[in-house]
Amino acid sequence: MMPAEYFLAHIWMIPLFPLAGAALMLLIGRRLPNRAVSAVCVGSVFLSMCFAFGAIWQLIARPAADRLVSFNLFDWVPAGAMHTNAGNLMDLHVPWGVLMDPLTAVMLLVVTGVGFLIHVYSIGYMGHEGGYYRFFGYMNLFMFSMLTLVLANNLLLLFVGWEGVGLCSYLLIGFYFLRKSASDAGKKAFIVNRIGDAGFLLGLFLMLGTLGTIQFTELGPAITAGHFEFGNGTLTAIALLLFVGATGKSAQLPLYVWLPDAMEGPTPVSALIHAATMVTAGVYMIARTNAVFSMAPRALEVVAVVGCVTSLFAATMGLVQNDIKRVLAYSTVSQLGYMFLACGVGAYTAGVFHLMAHAFFKALLFLGSGSVIHSLSGEQDMRKMGALWTKVPTTARTFVVASIAIAGIPPLAGFFSKDAILGHAFEHSPVLWLLGFITAGMTAFYMFRLVNMTFFGKSRVDHEVEHHIHESPSAMTVPLTILAALSVVGGWVGWPESLGGSDRFAQFLAPVMAQHGEETAAAASSINSMEYLLMALSVAIAAGGIWLAYRLYIQRPEMPEKIAASSGFLYRLLYRKYYMDEIYDAMFVNRTKDLALTLGAFDRNVIDGLGVDGSGWLTRFTSRVSMWWDSWIVDGLVNLAARVVWILSYPVRMLQTGRVSRYALFMLIGVLIFLGYYLRSSGFTLQNLLH
Amino acid sequence: MQQTYVLTVLTFLPVAGTLALLLLRSDDHVWIRRLALVTAAAEFAISLLLLRGFSVQATGYQFEEFHEWIQQPPIHYHLGVDGLSLFLVLLTTLLTPVSILASWKSIDQRVKGFFISLLVLETGVIGVFVSLDLFLFFMFWEVMLIPMYFLIGIWGHERRIYAALKFVLYTMFGSILMLVAILWLYRVTAAAGYPTFDIAQIQALLSSGTITLPLRTEILLFGAFFLAFAIKVPLFPLHTWLPDAHTEAPTAGSVMLAGVLLKMGTYGMLRFCLPLFPEASRRFAPEIAVLAIIGIVYGALVSMVQVDLKRLVAYSSVSHLGFVVLGIFAFQAVSIQGAVFQMLSHGISTGALFLGVGMLYDRRHTHLIKEFGGLATPMPVIAALYLFTCFASAGLPMLNGFVGEFLILAGTFQKHAAWASWAALGVIFSAVYLLWSYQRVFFGSITQDKNGALPDADMRERGILFLMAVIMLWMGIGSPFFTRRIETSTQNVLQLMRRPQAYDAGEINNHDMNAMDMDQSTMPVNSANSAAPAGAAGSVKSR
Repeated sequence: MMPAEYFLAHIWMIPLFPLAGAALMLLIGRRLPNRAVSAVCVGSVFLSMCFAFGAIWQLIARPAADRLVSFNLFDWVPAGAMHTNAGNLMDLHVPWGVLMDPLTAVMLLVVTGVGFLIHVYSIGYMGHEGGYYRFFGYMNLFMFSMLTLVLANNLLLLFVGWEGVGLCSYLLIGFYFLRKSASDAGKKAFIVNRIGDAGFLLGLFLMLGTLGTIQFTELGPAITAGHFEFGNGTLTAIALLLFVGATGKSAQLPLYVWLPDAMEGPTPVSALIHAATMVTAGVYMIARTNAVFSMAPRALEVVAVVGCVTSLFAATMGLVQNDIKRVLAYSTVSQLGYMFLACGVGAYTAGVFHLMAHAFFKALLFLGSGSVIHSLSGEQDMRKMGALWTKVPTTARTFVVASIAIAGIPPLAGFFSKDAILGHAFEHSPVLWLLGFITAGMTAFYMFRLVNMTFFGKSRVDHEVEHHIHESPSAMTVPLTILAALSVVGGWVGWPESLGGSDRFAQFLAPVMAQHGEETAAAASSINSMEYLLMALSVAIAAGGIWLAYRLYIQRPEMPEKIAASSGFLYRLLYRKYYMDEIYDAMFVNRTKDLALTLGAFDRNVIDGLGVDGSGWLTRFTSRVSMWWDSWIVDGLVNLAARVVWILSYPVRMLQTGRVSRYALFMLIGVLIFLGYYLRSSGFTLQNLLH
Repeated sequence: MQQTYVLTVLTFLPVAGTLALLLLRSDDHVWIRRLALVTAAAEFAISLLLLRGFSVQATGYQFEEFHEWIQQPPIHYHLGVDGLSLFLVLLTTLLTPVSILASWKSIDQRVKGFFISLLVLETGVIGVFVSLDLFLFFMFWEVMLIPMYFLIGIWGHERRIYAALKFVLYTMFGSILMLVAILWLYRVTAAAGYPTFDIAQIQALLSSGTITLPLRTEILLFGAFFLAFAIKVPLFPLHTWLPDAHTEAPTAGSVMLAGVLLKMGTYGMLRFCLPLFPEASRRFAPEIAVLAIIGIVYGALVSMVQVDLKRLVAYSSVSHLGFVVLGIFAFQAVSIQGAVFQMLSHGISTGALFLGVGMLYDRRHTHLIKEFGGLATPMPVIAALYLFTCFASAGLPMLNGFVGEFLILAGTFQKHAAWASWAALGVIFSAVYLLWSYQRVFFGSITQDKNGALPDADMRERGILFLMAVIMLWMGIGSPFFTRRIETSTQNVLQLMRRPQAYDAGEINNHDMNAMDMDQSTMPVNSANSAAPAGAAGSVKSR
């Protein structure tokens, strides 16, 4: 008999199963057979999913006001006192703790549910690849990090998961590390994300100093207690810095460039990390810290505009790509933009709703594209596909379901979530709505362009490949089917009131976004007629996009090339992705490299060469001078003294020659001198001698 | 005071080991290695006793030993550890056996001399960390130079003589100034009637206001000490001896150099500069922080474009140690704790990077990145553990590098948001240089035939790298184990920076330590109010 709320009390165990799996794989996985690897890794995610679902169930069983579980497991970073920038003395203390509330529940559902399906799919997809254990080890490590991220009860622990998923993303994008493009893409993803992370960290520090806490549940009370006025500058700065982090992880302008390249990774990775879970972390983080964001209208405006522009910008690039996964990648960037648009206009619930719906259909699209690629022996270029509808029936049918869902046709998931976002955007600003509306049309067009090029029309498949076309194994098709079902019904939990539903999803999340739940409810009822019009328009433009794609790619397949040729510049601009990679290379990457090279040369030549070796040379030079001084001046003086003595002694030296005969001569001279002297003193003179 | 001898044993056991080594025939390589390893392992085991006996709460020094040594001038044999030095001692005793293991096969010339040098080096370094007498400290500081000179100069690579000479001359230059400052400080104490070289006593004299240093004197003394330490760290622009010394040194030399020798500089700043010369420290903190930040960014950028893998790691040290200096001169308890943690963490992760580079060198006899490429295929184990180390060094959460960087930046940001923001650039660039070099060395396909058949790590190498990886993980997750033991001492450092003049009953708690305009030297000295901090007073009263 399990104690009541067993799963809620054990939510901390949810990330541990995949962690154990990852540790096992990375330590001894090489020696395990593939079957054991799949059993351990998929099994661990399955256990996580069971625990997560159990916990969600028990959370829902609680009354709505009481749906919050938060506790600390152990002290992770306790440290000493610090003076905050607000002037207080605080103890920095960050526990390792978990938090479960409706928002976490939605994320857990998505991460474990979709994660599990993708793991199952991977058994089929990766079956023939080398490094099977490595792949599953990384995937499990990713699940651990992502679950840590969504279960964290404070911002720093969220950051731990945030960096952990970044690491796994790096490892999995570069999974085929023999390929330079793959390892380049992995590196790019990690470094671009690091730029965002620096912003995230600074935001975290500022939050710590300003609010004195980074515990999610304490943010709201701290803001209330601190008497911050609406639009407070510091809170705005915190929100903007955190948003910098979100633009990195969730691939928004200007840091989106890594995501299209991330398609170098195996397709299940693209589905799990770069569509369904990791890239939504930025949206989750903003929803999680909505207490701060809601106080910072300026920051929210930035979020909305960046999201909206990114969404349109990415959609235009998606229009012309020929690589099946790249189309989906740009689509992901674009849809993430929608989510930020939602957050930016204060409709966090709608953003999270779209996050969930998007996880279902975008995972399905990626897995479906993987199935297509798999069946075509690795071909990713849509120009070499076509007419696969009958050859890969399950894949094709589920793929079309997902495409309808993302295009926003009712009653599939994408319709409800996108409609909620556009509705809120309209209330906020018609311009934002218009941009989002245009994007919706483009979305429908590029998705059905993809569908038509891949599954319909004439086959353009290479001859050799054609023989090997086969539907994927059931390990792959069953997840596809389940995700297709979810893409259909997943949106029904958010059936809006205007269409006779009760929008359970928004009600479920309302306690987390308390301030805004009421506002939106009030707003929704006031402009009911407008809402119907907006809905009709969205459906119309989606249908229009689908019709255009049908017209251009089925009825008149020669048209696209003509259009491309006639609008040469525009087409090239889109096809080459606005030259953004080249611009970034020229502006930042190469400049950094140049700077580094310059500094390297400076270090070698100036600091080391001129400074250190220079002073070494100077020392040696000085010592030469000293030596010269010593030998010429100091020693010279000594020698000079000697020479003076030598010169002065010359006469003396003349006397001491050592020759006896000369001595005899000198002696005689001496005797004569003495004799003369004697004679003189005795009065003897020459006169005396003469006279 | 209860006398223990554990620190004396720790300091001199390696020397005892070298005496035993001298008895062996110099061509008996196997036993020389074994004996050296046993000595170092025993040393490590003893240092664990230190960890076990260390009291978390106690301020001041623990395991103190005090003996008269020289009567006139009064020089004492005074040893002790506190939270600042405890883990540095442990780091030294850990890295020495690891270095010995790393040199097991790669050193086959003059083996006896090599291991003797390594053990003498250990004695010197531990002596530096446990000395509480300035004269003793200086002696060990100089002793440490000699074995390192030999390690680089005899067992190094092509330009070893140049590098060894540069290392010694550079360090000597700083230490001469420090010697002058030490003697000056002694003269000041003697003039006041309490002649001593004892750190704790000088500290107590200063704290109680018995002796005061005029600001000019304090700045000069601070400058002399700081320069010696800054060279050792090394702080930009005094860093260029480091890449040369690292690149030319044998693996063990690099590990010890990066692992512990650099920390002698930052340790010195914490032990001497801040507590003895608080006013000068405060005055020059902005300039020093700017140099530290330049070091962080500059070191990372220069590291990025190195063609020699070992030089690349060496420059990354400049960047990482910049964080340490920044943390120290932010004068926040948190950031100083982070700085001490970062010292340990850098010792482990950069040590491990050098071990990895050394393993590549043992196989290919080159450090040039372009000679490698695609090594993950022939040597997956080394590749995996090296990547692990790279991420630890780049500051990935849950590994050691993150905790230090986080505490330093979090603490610094609260006072100087701009400093922390600039330093955050280092966080970005560290990922660039590490991942880029990793990609060029390990990823891709094999480009040179020689690399195709290189053997993967053997049991010895696996053991070393794995041990380091486990420690990195432990430090990343179990950081409280370390921070708790560091905390009291870091707070003590900040406490010691407050001179009695600054005390005012109500002001203790929210006293702004960053008050630049407060020129304490001109304030009246109130020695009656000798509210000397507990730590310093505690160690003086016992004798």
